[in-house]
Formats: sequence, C-alpha cells, structure tokens
Amino acid sequence: MTLFILCFVLFLVGLYGVLTRKNIIKIFIGLSFMEFSTFLFLVLIGYIEGGIAPIISKNITNPVYVDPLPQAMVLTAIVIALAANSMLLAIAIKIYKKYGTFDIRKISNLKG
Amino acid sequence: MSWLITLFVILPLAAAFLIPVIGKLIKGFQKTITSVVFLFLTVLSLFFLFDGNTEVYSYKIGGWEPVNGVPIAIYFVIDGLTIFMLSIINLIGFFSAFYAISYIRRFTAENNFYTLLCLMVGGMNGVVMTGDLFNLFVFLEIAVIASYALVAFGVEKHELEASFKYQVLGGIASLLILFGIGLIYWKTKTLNIADVSDILKYSNDRSFLLFTQIILIAGFGLKAAMIPFHAWLPDAHSSAPSPISAMLSGVLIKAIGIYCIIRLFFNMFIINHEISLVFIILGSLSMVLGVFLAVGQWDIKRLLAYHSISQMGYVIIGVGIGMMILVNNGNKSVAALAITGGLFHLINHAVFKSLLFLNAGAIEYKTGTRNLKELGGLFAYMPVTYSTSLGASMAISGIPPFNGFFSKLLIIIAAIKGRFYLVAFLAVIVSIITLASFMKFQKFSFFNKSSITEKPKINEVPFPMCFSMIVLAILCLGLSLLIFPGVRETVLTPVVDILMNTTDYSSAIKDI
Repeated sequence: MTLFILCFVLFLVGLYGVLTRKNIIKIFIGLSFMEFSTFLFLVLIGYIEGGIAPIISKNITNPVYVDPLPQAMVLTAIVIALAANSMLLAIAIKIYKKYGTFDIRKISNLKG
Repeated sequence: MSWLITLFVILPLAAAFLIPVIGKLIKGFQKTITSVVFLFLTVLSLFFLFDGNTEVYSYKIGGWEPVNGVPIAIYFVIDGLTIFMLSIINLIGFFSAFYAISYIRRFTAENNFYTLLCLMVGGMNGVVMTGDLFNLFVFLEIAVIASYALVAFGVEKHELEASFKYQVLGGIASLLILFGIGLIYWKTKTLNIADVSDILKYSNDRSFLLFTQIILIAGFGLKAAMIPFHAWLPDAHSSAPSPISAMLSGVLIKAIGIYCIIRLFFNMFIINHEISLVFIILGSLSMVLGVFLAVGQWDIKRLLAYHSISQMGYVIIGVGIGMMILVNNGNKSVAALAITGGLFHLINHAVFKSLLFLNAGAIEYKTGTRNLKELGGLFAYMPVTYSTSLGASMAISGIPPFNGFFSKLLIIIAAIKGRFYLVAFLAVIVSIITLASFMKFQKFSFFNKSSITEKPKINEVPFPMCFSMIVLAILCLGLSLLIFPGVRETVLTPVVDILMNTTDYSSAIKDI
C-alpha cells in the first residue's frame, strides 16, 4: 500500500510543478513526472508477490504469474506519451523562435 | 452486416495514411478523398440511424469469442447513443472538410491539414464506438493529439500560445483519465465496459468508487471544458482555423467529453445521488459564468467559444436532472423529458455552433479581421453569410421556429416539473443574455456602418463555403422536426432508453 501512496505523491509532485513553475521546459518536466507516476501505478497493479513472467512452461509446477495486461497497457501508454511529448516540445521550440523566451509570464497575449 | 461498423474507424485512418503518400503526386487528391470519405460515413451512419431496429450491433476485433462469458476481444459496439453521436461527428466533419476546400487555400500545407482532420475524425469515431476502456483512451489520444497540432496550424504567436495551454491542460486530463482507468482495472480486473458494469453491481466499496468517479469527472470535465476546467477552451477554439474551430466546438468537446461522461456514468457506474448533484452544479456554473464571460468579448470567435461553454452547461443540466430523478425513483417521464432535452440540445448545438464558426471564418476570410469594433455594414456585401448567421443566432438564443428553442424548452419544463426551480430560472436568464450577446454580434458585424465606409472588394465567399453554411442553416430549421411524434421515436427515443435503463447496455453486450 505504501508504494501506491508514494506513487500518488509523485503524481501530486508533478501536478505541483505544472501549476507553479513559470518556465515552459519545467512545466514539461512536471508533466513527465505525472506520466511516469501513472505508468508506475499501472505496473504496480499488475504485480503479484512472488509472481513470474507469464510464459507457460512444463517444468514449473503451480506457477504464480504476474498480470500481463497492465504491462501491455503501459507499453501502449508510453508510445502515446512519446507522441504527446514530442508534440509539446515541438511547440516549445516554435514558441522560443517567435518570442525569444521560455518564460510564460512574457508569453501571454491571450486574455479575457 | 456488423463488419460495416469497422469502416467508421478504418476509412478515416486509411485516408490519413494515403493523403501524404499520394497527395503530392495527384493534384486535388486530398480534398476529394476527405470529402468523399466523410460523405460516405455520414450516409452509412444515417442508414444505421433510420433502419428502424434498436438492435445492438457489435464487432469483436480479431474474432476472439468470450470465454466462460468473460469478453476477451476489444468490442466495437453500435447502439442508439453511439449511432446518434456518429451521425453528428461525420455530418459536421463533412461540412467542415467541404468548407475547407476554399478556406484552407491560404495556408501552404494542405496535405497536413487534411491528414490531421482525418485522424481527428477517426479518433472520435473510435471513442464513441469502442466498448473497451483502454481502447477508449487510445482513440481519445489520437483525436486529441491531432487537435493539438490543428490548433497550432497557423504557427503564429497566438496559435502557438493557445496550443501550448491546450496541450498542458489536455495532458493533465489524459493522465487523470488513464489513472482512473487504472483504478477501475485494479478493482475489477477487466476493461470491457459491460463486464466492469456487471462486476460493479455487486461491489460495495463506496469510497473507492467515489474517488475513481471524481478522478474521471476531473479528467473528462477538462476535456469537455466545464467551468472550473475551462481555461484552455476560448484560446484554443479561437486560434484554430475556422473549419477546425467548428469541429472542436461542434463535435470534439461532445464526443470526448460529454459522450464519455454520459456513457461511463450511466452505463458503467451505478448512478448515485452525489454524482448527479455534481453534474447539476457544474452544469449551472458553466451555463451562467460562460455567458457572462461571453458578453464582454469583442473577438467574434472568442465570443462564440465562451458560448460553447455556456451551451454545454444546458446539456449537462438536462442529463444531471434526469439522473437525479432516476436515483430518487421520481417520475420516470420527467427524467426521460430532461434527458431528451439534454441530448436534443447536444445535436442542436453541434449544428448551430459549427455554422456560427463557419460564418466567423467567412467574415475573416473576406475582411481579414475578427474584431467586432472594426467590422460593420457587411449585410449588403455578404447576403449568404448574413442570412445564415442570423438563423444560427436565433437558434442559439432560442427564438421559436428554430431548433434551439425546443431543446431549451424541454430542459426548462423538465426542471420545473422536477422541482429544480432555481435551475429553470437560471436557464431562462442565460437564454436572454445569450440573445443580447448575439444581437451585439449581428449589429456590429452586419449593420453598424460606422467603421467600414468603403470596401468595394468585399463580396460573397466562394461556393464550397456558401454550400456548407446554407445546408447547416437549413438543418438549424429542420432539426426542430425531431421533437414531433413520429420522428422523435426513431431518433431520440432509442437514445433516451439506453440512458434510462442503465443496465441494459451490459446485458445486451454480454448476450452477443
């Protein structure tokens, strides 16, 4: 249970970073923290104490397998996160070229 | 027969693949194929909508049959609610793509635009069709990442800033949704929505479920831009190219926000009192604050974007009141009335809001500005834009012959019959302020001659833009027919039945 709570704390640390930092790259790092904590959580819910990789073999009697489905989910989620992250960084580079700064206080034309 | 439903995902994704490959070789390929694909899917979805039986079609990807009654494959499911959403998505998608034929010429990368549009529609079709939670997340991300890129399509200062805001808040929303799906999997060890619903029926871990529900409301609420989570919407929707604004405001916030909320909270979770209260409060807040923020805007597209928040509030209120009455074992006909009103307003809003965004695009296309203070006197130069936008403005503010009047009336009657007097009062007040705000839009863009003295070059927009606007304006008037008996039974009643009988969804899928 401690692991799950630590995982959630990591999620909140990431959220704190996104909400308080003023630098675009630091906001991106905060988002990455949230992503990793979610992936960690998905892997943790599939883990079973003393489980082995779910490959059927005749030599092992009474095997205990870990749940393979969350692992497949995490792989998919990592690929999706890769796409989202590269999109965000591409926009960050474009913003730096247009504004010459990463500070979001100076990048605020849209208001109201 | 049931293999036909996979076309809703396959065709847009195939078009998205083919456009960058073939589009460079054949001139005009990208425009033709996008419009043809969307038109075909619209016809297919209308065929499913009007074929007269309420049977649930499903397709198991990979052909994996259930083992001991436990579903293994990823299911594509077509029931009343799904086909209702599919016809909205593909209809608005077709008109946006057709409108874009002229509008998008000013941008250089036409191939990229149509590829991203196809990806977005394919993702949304997948979201509304899938019967599997993780698959829902995957399709949601396809649609949303394509929309991030489309918001930044102009690559100017404003577009980039709006896209960055949208991506940060959208990223948080996606992670909250993934987290919620993980929590559900932890509890039930399955991802199939029907199967989850079966297992949750016998679960009594109330606090855990409430935590999951709150996480999911935060995630999907951010996607649907309900009021505490609305910060990204006005920027993103006003910065995108106009056909995309029409898609984002008309379809995307409904397909990946409202639809997911309705599907998960009616058909997967057991409906409960707290959640319905949260819906009514969020809906009222969105409705009231959205319209007050909209009144002061001078940018046409920002004004329309804030009205999207406000009008989505009506949908949430309708559905929330229905849920509250169902939970309290109240009068079932009042609950059905409220849900009918909410869903009817959903389709009406899709039509008139996309039309208004297309009008704003037409004004910007000819005059080069979106600022109401610099516009004026356009009614003589742009008669089609003027008349269609007048129709859409009357529809959104609830003037009787148009469709917006009937859906708002249904919601208000249901609120009074269900003794939600405050909500009914607020709905009437918001409707009046909406009218005021659209009178301002009409006056400053089409009549007031103060600023534009001589602009002889301004004339009507090209044919594809006119065609989309005229057909949508006719739909604004024609959709009022949905309320009359005879038409209502074929379109709205099956959808409402699915939400009224909350457990039928899971039993129907388990039986296949």
